[in-house]
Amino acid sequence: MRGFAKPLKIALGLAVIAALIIVPMNFNRYGLFILSQWAVMSIAAMGLNLTLGYAGQVSLAQGAFVGIGAYAAAIMTTHGWPLPAAILVAIALSFAIGWVLGYPALRVQHHYLAFVTLAFSTLAFLVFRNESWLTGGIYGISNIPRPHILGIATNKPLPFYYVCLGSLAIVSLAVWWLIRSPWGRAFMALRENPLRAQSLGIDTRRYTLMAFAIGSALGGVAGALYAPLTQYIDPVPFNLSLSLDLLMMVIVGGAGFYFGPFLGAMIAVLLPEWLRFTEGYYLMLYAVAVMLLLIWSPTGILGILDRYLAERRTKAASALRAVAKSRLETAQ
Amino acid sequence: MSNLFDLLVAGLATGAIYALVAVGFTLLWQTSQTINFAQGEFVMLPAFLMLAAMHVGAPFWLAIILGILLSMILLGLAFKLLLVDPMMRHGVLPLAIATMALAIGLKEAVKQFFSAEASPFPSIVPTGDVSILDHAVSLQSIGVLVVAILAVVGLTTLLNRTSLGHQMQAAAQNPTVARIIWVPVERMILLTFLINAFLVALASLLITPIYLAKFSSGEVLGQAAFIAAIVGGFNQVRGAIAGGLLIGVLDNLAAAYVSTQYRAAVPMIFLIAVILFRPQGLLGRAEERTV
Repeated sequence: MRGFAKPLKIALGLAVIAALIIVPMNFNRYGLFILSQWAVMSIAAMGLNLTLGYAGQVSLAQGAFVGIGAYAAAIMTTHGWPLPAAILVAIALSFAIGWVLGYPALRVQHHYLAFVTLAFSTLAFLVFRNESWLTGGIYGISNIPRPHILGIATNKPLPFYYVCLGSLAIVSLAVWWLIRSPWGRAFMALRENPLRAQSLGIDTRRYTLMAFAIGSALGGVAGALYAPLTQYIDPVPFNLSLSLDLLMMVIVGGAGFYFGPFLGAMIAVLLPEWLRFTEGYYLMLYAVAVMLLLIWSPTGILGILDRYLAERRTKAASALRAVAKSRLETAQ
Repeated sequence: MSNLFDLLVAGLATGAIYALVAVGFTLLWQTSQTINFAQGEFVMLPAFLMLAAMHVGAPFWLAIILGILLSMILLGLAFKLLLVDPMMRHGVLPLAIATMALAIGLKEAVKQFFSAEASPFPSIVPTGDVSILDHAVSLQSIGVLVVAILAVVGLTTLLNRTSLGHQMQAAAQNPTVARIIWVPVERMILLTFLINAFLVALASLLITPIYLAKFSSGEVLGQAAFIAAIVGGFNQVRGAIAGGLLIGVLDNLAAAYVSTQYRAAVPMIFLIAVILFRPQGLLGRAEERTV
């Protein structure tokens, strides 16, 4: 979004936030569910964007962390714990497991790393499905309660939508701060040139593990919100395809762009709904749309915008140069 | 011990099919850095093409030929021209994501235009058992093994013994030098895509009678092929063959001796171990590290 004037940017941001708060007020149950789902998936995709987009580590396990967070929240809240406590546990658990999963990234890169994380996804799914004493197995966990926030019950769809939106806002601010902090810069150095980052004194080992752990922790947060949103979880939604979907969201939106995950999640969650009038064809159209987009712009939607703005800037700059040059010539 | 023998034969038969799929997978990787996440769906589709041909009245043998030809056009030529070519220069990841989208598209297309239910598929080998060393071995397992071995021997002969194969290897290993010595690199890459399409069509023909034709059947198969390719060595055809056989046997043994619930975990743990301790694969050579 570089290139817009700053006040314009702030106004645009406020308008979007206001719209997200006001417009859904008269949405029906289903509309609110979809929008809440968008908020939850945005959080998970933002985590993956940190790991992949900023730190450059390919992960096919984000869906598993959403699952870990969801099961942590489901198990704890059905045993009488409050949701905030469950979210903290989900964060701690995903952070720790994400940290451990980061170790292979110290040894292998790129597609090998993708396959290690893919294997982890499958293993996590098997644990969700088979350890029925803990997770309820294929029957899952039902009657997951929604929390009381500041004494207000969020059982109805609209209040719970605001819980999801509020969480998204908190996570967005935290990520915004993180990528501008020295840590964020270290992540980017890791992505651009790990050897050089190391020679500049960045502890690449620690930051690689951190990138995995923080990204996974956000996956855990998303999961801990997903469980009370659907109020019923079973292993199926957390299989490998969720990890692939999340990866697609990040790439389609634009990996390494702050607003990429929001857009990517919007397309992955909302586009199929808008295409529902096409009945059985909607997923097919979605797949074709993703392929066409990636052929056109492999850096995703924000990549298109970025290229357009960059072109406009170079054009403006060369126009200025031309003017300056002619002035110089007339002066001579 | 009779049980072990049966498990080994069944494991080798499924492993041979995994090997076919994994070989194609490594060929695409070697020549064009394509990680094809739709490889499993590539195996699922030809069976439906053959079924469709039989629907309009073609006899089985004609349906097989039509199915293989159509697969080579759709999954070989069209896949390369429409998806891989425009994306190849943008790096590995966007193309890998695009093939994930392609996998969704193929599954949905089959579900929508054909059926969401599993359809039976005729076998090219007669059903029945023969007795080998006092064991009843199904003709189907033997047929699968024979066809797969013939295909693999044919392919390795092509790659290692013919001028065409040498040109393909040159194009894969060093395209720049290959161009200098007048190897038509582009044509060689196209050829590997056609070979991959042929191999997946063959695998489809072999595996569908056993597991039925279903739009979602590619998921498990694609994953098995990935694992086989990596375990054996991502950059070696013989590695992919060994990996396929190994994973097939391991999968069957795990189902019998570990637990049916966690049988899928055994190849995964094996995969993680191989990547961590021998990332180039059991038979692979180490890739140069790029900075």
